Amino acid sequence: MAIDLHRYANPARFLRIMGAIFPWVAISTAVLLIAGLYLGLFVSPEDYQQGDTVRIMFIHVPAAWMALSIYTMMAISSAVGLIWKHPVADLSAKAAAPIGACFTFLALVTGALWGQPMWGTYWVWDARLTSVLILFFLYLGYMAIWESFDDPSKAAKAAAILVLVGVINIPIIKFSVDWWNTLHQPASVATMDGPKIHSSILIPLLVMAAAYMSLFMSLFIVRVKSEILARRLRLLQMNKLQE
Amino acid sequence: MSDFLHMGGYGVFIWASYGVSALVLVTLTVISLRNLKKIERELAPLEEARRDARRRGNIRQEIE
Repeated sequence: MAIDLHRYANPARFLRIMGAIFPWVAISTAVLLIAGLYLGLFVSPEDYQQGDTVRIMFIHVPAAWMALSIYTMMAISSAVGLIWKHPVADLSAKAAAPIGACFTFLALVTGALWGQPMWGTYWVWDARLTSVLILFFLYLGYMAIWESFDDPSKAAKAAAILVLVGVINIPIIKFSVDWWNTLHQPASVATMDGPKIHSSILIPLLVMAAAYMSLFMSLFIVRVKSEILARRLRLLQMNKLQE
Repeated sequence: MSDFLHMGGYGVFIWASYGVSALVLVTLTVISLRNLKKIERELAPLEEARRDARRRGNIRQEIE
């Protein structure tokens, strides 16, 4: 019973806090998505060079930002899981991975659909595109490792090591547009001199980015709760078998 | 309205981008919620049995 308390006292508090936050992030996701789509599709002007295709940016760039942030968050929580054996850390990374994989997939697909009309090609093997494709495979590999072990603690360890090795890819993605000649344009929002784009396009972009962030938090809470309850379910089922 | 859908000739690319994004994110949301509900359903009877067992244990202690 002592083991039971040690392992579940903390997740129980974690779940209570998450439960209190959830309605707020769920509502803000809905509000921000409606506002962002309205601003992006109806209010913002077309670009003088790119025409209406600039509207793809409002879903492409936030997806790419989420792809990088979620991986970074998974690397931090995997490190915490490896070093301090915190009981929620590994499950947090596990819960976040499919969300990160979806955003990475969307960054790649919307990028291709933007590339065809503007660059004349859906895909090039340049540094930015290739490194994001590698990020997508890292997410898939991470999820496959969790599936391939019967013992969750061994799976957690192997998966954490994969994420931490792969974290080298994050600065490569970020700086790929500066280090190599790529077809992809360099950063225009997160630059040292501040954003280089006009507010009529910057504001819808930031609203959509906030919407994607809230969506991530909502989905993350649902998924991390599933993970914690699934672990509890396994434990109770084992106890029942022992009785 | 048809101007809006046409998007200056780029409608196919723009609507495909928004469509695939909506499809992926809605599917992920539905799968995540369904999975949580399924686990909660399976967990409920076990938690109930545990509470019962604990209650019976307390009563036995009081009698003794």
